[in-house]
Amino acid sequence: MTEPILSVRDLVVKFSLRGQILTAIRGASLDLYPAETVAIVGESGSGKSVFTKTWLGMLDANGWVDSGSILLEGKDLARYRTEREWLTIRGKKIAMVFQDPMTALNPLRTVGMQIQEVLELHHGMRGEEAKARTIEILGEVGIDMPEARYDQYPHEFSGGMRQRVVIAIAVACNPKILICDEPTTALDVTIQAQILELIRSLQKKLGVTLVYITHDLGVVANVADRVAVMYAGEIIEYGTVEEIFYDPRHPYTWALLSSLPQLGVKGQPLYSIAGTPPNLFTEINGDAFAPRNPKALKIDYVKRPPFFQVSPTHSAKTWLLDPRAPKVEPPETIKALQAKYEGYAQ
Amino acid sequence: MTNTEREVIIELKNLTVEFKGKGRKPFKAVDDVSFRIYKGETFGLVGETGSGKTTIGRAIVRINPLAGGEILFKGRRISGVIPKELDREVTRKIQMIFQDPMASLNERAKVDYIVSEGLYNIGGFKDEQDRVAKVSRALLEVGLLPEFASRFPHEFSGGQRQRIGIARALIMEPEFIVCDEPISSLDVSIRAQVLNLMSDLQKTKGLTYLFISHDLSVVRFIADRVGVIYKGKLVELAETEELFEHPYHPYTRALLSAIPIPDPRLEKKKKVLVYDPSCHDYSQDKPRWVEITPGHFVLANEAEIRQYQAMAG
Repeated sequence: MTEPILSVRDLVVKFSLRGQILTAIRGASLDLYPAETVAIVGESGSGKSVFTKTWLGMLDANGWVDSGSILLEGKDLARYRTEREWLTIRGKKIAMVFQDPMTALNPLRTVGMQIQEVLELHHGMRGEEAKARTIEILGEVGIDMPEARYDQYPHEFSGGMRQRVVIAIAVACNPKILICDEPTTALDVTIQAQILELIRSLQKKLGVTLVYITHDLGVVANVADRVAVMYAGEIIEYGTVEEIFYDPRHPYTWALLSSLPQLGVKGQPLYSIAGTPPNLFTEINGDAFAPRNPKALKIDYVKRPPFFQVSPTHSAKTWLLDPRAPKVEPPETIKALQAKYEGYAQ
Repeated sequence: MTNTEREVIIELKNLTVEFKGKGRKPFKAVDDVSFRIYKGETFGLVGETGSGKTTIGRAIVRINPLAGGEILFKGRRISGVIPKELDREVTRKIQMIFQDPMASLNERAKVDYIVSEGLYNIGGFKDEQDRVAKVSRALLEVGLLPEFASRFPHEFSGGQRQRIGIARALIMEPEFIVCDEPISSLDVSIRAQVLNLMSDLQKTKGLTYLFISHDLSVVRFIADRVGVIYKGKLVELAETEELFEHPYHPYTRALLSAIPIPDPRLEKKKKVLVYDPSCHDYSQDKPRWVEITPGHFVLANEAEIRQYQAMAG
């Protein structure tokens, strides 16, 4: 297998809030390989955004990396402290597309200037050359009449068009890794499909590694090669997109898939996860999902499960995979997915 | 049961809503929309941002005045100027659940007041004891504890806050509830809880819902019939499965083709259609609202009607 371009090991991130310490990331590890698309799935508060923000040094001022390492090209980003260090990474090596295109752009500057700024700062381009390249990039992200659009302000663009501009800014310096943080959540389904198509085609063209953060499993099925599922600051399961969708192993992944209305039976109650995610201010013993898992084992409350390997590409942090564990059947919807997959295989 | 025998609870007749800008031509947010909602059903209204779906909901709860047409509640007109008695009845019988439970609850009021505010407005309780009992009952019905009445909204999670929003509507003993994207801002694991709660309440109380959403997967799961709205015009209406299986209007087809499917094999080879409004030639042949198959309506001109009828077989 090829070498990972980014390797995160046992990352712990803490925040200080009103005199209390919140552990947002509780030991998460992830490898990124060149030119792949990894989707990070989880609900709000699971730490998916915070996790990726640490790779860019973009944590809020009250947060810090407590332990663990983030290796990129032989350098440990977890040790970076100064803005000067981060500027060699942010935008250049790793770029980010944010959720809400309405707030990610500067309303007082033209769209053209906001893209051109990146080229001038990072590539030292000037004047006509920078302008010509900016117009070219606008065209590449699917904006009609880029010459005319160059001089317009963000308010003259629709939501989908603004997201295209944000993507243009992010890819302007050819980053190695592009993180898309819920890039289509604020958009309509038809526009969402177009933006996904754009991201996919840009990835093919630029060979960039894509990290896609979302809570929408439909979008994950569309974009991802591999999937990492996060819950309460941990990655609890990862695998190829087919392994996660057709053969999930962690009870939280089961629950997440089962609660999708697309997989529900009309007129019958939808599978729902009881309770709410755990409080990250207190220390969590055992499996963080245990209190919401009706089939939790005794050990789930006592001891944190390690990763158990299902296949070379698929692992899950659940005691159910321990050889000593009793056999627990997945919910009906998951069995239906498995059966469906067997149907595809034949 | 055929539709003619069913009791109509809400009827929109040629509903038009306009917003006036300064000196500019008024903007038609809703343009000549007519449909009926039957008692006990969930009517889904789908469309993109700015299509006018929320405006229709707000017109029914009488927040937005009409520029034309009328709204009937159980056969009686409730739009425009209406008698005081009817006004009181409608205030009570038609309630709304809002999209964002973080923004729709008064941060400075306790849950007790938030839930009973509607009762205060119409004097809907005998004495203090009666009011407290009603609040407790409403909270229990949405799966919260009566003790929560003395707390403030910020002490609750998003899902719990949406439950408070539902309790606030239920306490009025409504018959019809406009649900404006009630689960869009909730987390995936909480959505199912709230959807199930809404279905249970519908069954036990015989409620009728207008379910406004841009999430077509949720609408397919919860709605009995669905109307598709595009730029203020209703373009298609049918029973849910009929609409998802046999969409006629090109906009509906584009919209349905864009729904993400949580199945990598299907999703990765999915073909997304793009809707181009210029595919309709309405210069001579004007479109009208026609029934292609029983209960399945579409906005089309004569040429398109022939085409759709051929598709229907």
